[in-house]
Amino acid sequence: MNKDKLSTAGRTDYQVVGTRPPRHDAPDKLTGRALFGPDTNLPGMLYGKMVRSPHAHARLRSIDTRHAASYPGVYAVVTAQDLQLTEESNSTLDESAVNFKYLHENMLAREKVLYVGHPVAAVAASSPHVAEEAAKLVEVQYDVLPAVTDVRAAMKPDAPLLHDRLITQSLSKPSQRPSNIASHFQHLKGDPSQGFARAEVIVEREFTTSTVHQGYIEPHACTAWWGLDGNLTVWTSTQGAFGMRDQLAKLLSHPMSRIRVIPMEVGGAFGGKLPIYIFLEAVAALLSRKANRPVKMTMTRAEVFLATNPTSGAYLKAKMGVTREGRITAAQAELYFEAGAYPSAHVIGYFGFAMAFMFAPYDIPHGQVDAYDVVVNKPRTAAYRAPGVTQVNFPAEQLIDELAVKLGMDPIAFRLKNVVREGTELMNGTTHGSIGAEEVLRAAQSSAHYGSPLHGPHRGRGVAHGYWGNWGARSCCTISVNGDGTVSLVSGSIDLSGTRTTVAMQAAEVLGLSLDRIKSSVGDTDSIGYTEMSGGSRTTFATGIAAITAAQDVVAQMRGRAALLWGVEVRDVSFERGVFTTQRGSEQQMTFSEVAGRLAETGGAVTGTGNVDPQGWGGVFGTHIVDVQVDPETGKVDILRYTAVQDVGKAVHPGYVEGQMQGGAVQGIGWGLYEGYQYNTRGDMLNPGFLGYKIPTAPDVPMIETIMVEVPGPNHPFGVRGVGEVPIVPPPAALANAIYRATGVRVTDLPMTPVRILEAMGVI
Amino acid sequence: MAAKTRVSAKINGEQVEFLCEPRQSLLECLRDVLGLTGSKEGCNDGNCGACSVLLNGRVVNSCLVLGVEVHGQEVTTVEGLADWRGLHPLQQAFLDNAALQCGYCIPGILITSKALLDREPNPSEERIRTWLAGNLCRCTGYDKIVRAVQDAAVRLRQTGQEVNR
Repeated sequence: MNKDKLSTAGRTDYQVVGTRPPRHDAPDKLTGRALFGPDTNLPGMLYGKMVRSPHAHARLRSIDTRHAASYPGVYAVVTAQDLQLTEESNSTLDESAVNFKYLHENMLAREKVLYVGHPVAAVAASSPHVAEEAAKLVEVQYDVLPAVTDVRAAMKPDAPLLHDRLITQSLSKPSQRPSNIASHFQHLKGDPSQGFARAEVIVEREFTTSTVHQGYIEPHACTAWWGLDGNLTVWTSTQGAFGMRDQLAKLLSHPMSRIRVIPMEVGGAFGGKLPIYIFLEAVAALLSRKANRPVKMTMTRAEVFLATNPTSGAYLKAKMGVTREGRITAAQAELYFEAGAYPSAHVIGYFGFAMAFMFAPYDIPHGQVDAYDVVVNKPRTAAYRAPGVTQVNFPAEQLIDELAVKLGMDPIAFRLKNVVREGTELMNGTTHGSIGAEEVLRAAQSSAHYGSPLHGPHRGRGVAHGYWGNWGARSCCTISVNGDGTVSLVSGSIDLSGTRTTVAMQAAEVLGLSLDRIKSSVGDTDSIGYTEMSGGSRTTFATGIAAITAAQDVVAQMRGRAALLWGVEVRDVSFERGVFTTQRGSEQQMTFSEVAGRLAETGGAVTGTGNVDPQGWGGVFGTHIVDVQVDPETGKVDILRYTAVQDVGKAVHPGYVEGQMQGGAVQGIGWGLYEGYQYNTRGDMLNPGFLGYKIPTAPDVPMIETIMVEVPGPNHPFGVRGVGEVPIVPPPAALANAIYRATGVRVTDLPMTPVRILEAMGVI
Repeated sequence: MAAKTRVSAKINGEQVEFLCEPRQSLLECLRDVLGLTGSKEGCNDGNCGACSVLLNGRVVNSCLVLGVEVHGQEVTTVEGLADWRGLHPLQQAFLDNAALQCGYCIPGILITSKALLDREPNPSEERIRTWLAGNLCRCTGYDKIVRAVQDAAVRLRQTGQEVNR
């Protein structure tokens, strides 16, 4: 994108950006009118239900669907036999983001089931209850195999093999024998042995983190209608309508133009509804084609836990060395991530994030990070808000805290002594661009919270600091001018938490219109250009640039119309804050609305388009401060005070930025203290519900104080950076550091439950 | 399939009749039979609160109530809060405080908050958090939700407006 074109560059006297207007979608969501994934109702609609494996690891011997198919009210039954494997989908060495063989097998098992809940068949029936009854009539014969659900056990030479032909891709070289280790990557910077030789204090520990779920309250749900004309329409709750369409096209060998994905409101996603994986939509489509009716599929909460895409548990080893003056000389880590049943789809991306960002907040001359992707008999894992980074921040920031204690330094002062700046090289060989690492740490240091005293027994204050790199990628936005001077803005970005508004606010700034004159909506795949999924904190940044570009296109076209009306050259028409002016001849002015009212007589409609793929998005830092009190008898952790400090670029809507910081922090608190999949030796998940898998409730947390530090992003006209992900990164480490200062013991396993805290304290 | 039962109930102030199977929950009846999809299913086992409705003024998880049980009773859902005059003061407070993100838990949270403010016009932060313990929100961290309920309480006290208008 040509930055010179952006008339708004460098301006700070914003009219709309930086204000707190109400959301476009709020009235519908407050009155119950908003339609989410499960809210589709069509005439003649059937209800689909998956048949799922009760075993964590088994070979499929046979599937008999005859009884289910003849059950009254059943219209269709499908198995993996109904999914045609294409040549591409047979490839096991697909270098693209998605391995279609695995995607197929995860959707409907073909030879083996690899986790409890793995789908083996599906039925469509006249009611959800009939579908449930019919699903029980599908007879499946299994040869049960031993299961392995722990990353360390899965790496042992005698571990049960999930995939008979899985060859480790180790540093680009294949291994000799099959194993559960799908891949091994390494980042190396400088000479770590030399770095550790120079160190005067070295700390080294092992850590574990549990499998955790994104925990969106809306279960996955979709409705598919495959018409006799070959047109397939899918209503679904997804983070990416186009990604979903393209995946369906490949899975079903169907032209993209014949598939229309209509995105519904999304009831929480956090990476768990990226279209990288498909659970229901293709199956609902197959059922619909067979039944010649629309088919709705909705997961139960147990199905969401058992058979969607939680994020990896991990076994982590980390080591850091420092001089007596407090300069970090070297860092090293080994990261063993549970991939779940299939190798990670985004192997390079996912582990790239963890490997590159683990030590990204610090200027460390020598380092090495090795990461392993290991399959286990659990559901396939996927992204969860800043994917991979919360897990590795937990060890990194505990070691930093431990070093600060050993050196007798203030933990923020120690971090500042090693802070990264523009040009500092990361472990992956890239360098930091324009960043706000130092500004964020200084804001934390001078915060009211950090300056306040904390008295009382069993209390402690912890700090942690983390980084997330954000994303850009393709976005499309169109703006159509209406005759009354209002505009209709459509973008392809799924709105997860207010981006309809933050995108429209940026267009409003360019058009000089008040926000209430912009109707902002999300298009379906037939109505707007290709737009990447909402993820990587990209939407307000990238789709914002698309909206700015579309608005500039509108202004350019309307300057032409004004020129026509005045009989002057386009270059003689200027535009400022919603008013067109010419100095040619006598000075004349027309408002945006006045020109809009005369489009019909000057050449027809005006629609501005922004199709962008912006690069150079800026990463962000978050520093969290937490005060806890630990009950020495029960091990319960009470959070007394919590402050999140963050580099936010330019906060387009400060209220929503605060909301991202608060929500991310509380998810991180859940990860730190409560959440984790529990398994028995057979591989059954023991807590597939919100009763056993506890997420934070309102009484568990205090108000979350927020401090937004505006260090403009370098490649957005208003300085926008992504803000949504980094707030989940520091909380577990901040809590661990606070617990250490309250109790004198380090808890190195997540979640830090009362039992684990009491064990660490030697009480039990 | 069991024979359907005729149920007559007052829903959002309106007397309605519907047929339901004995095994259908109130949530299923609201969503699938009556088309009131504002009440959400998040867990179907009483742990998330997204399906909260008022049954004769008391908060219940509508997934844990059978449709046939509401015969002769009064039910209020999120669709019953606003009217042609506009949003309920609670809804307006949520709008003004940016207290929603994805919005999926909000119908249940509004219903529980209404039940609280109907009983306690000036609840403390702790009371609000305790009342909302059964309503999970994964997006907001609860901060702005609690503030919105506090704000709504102030508005309702200042205007002297009946919450049950």
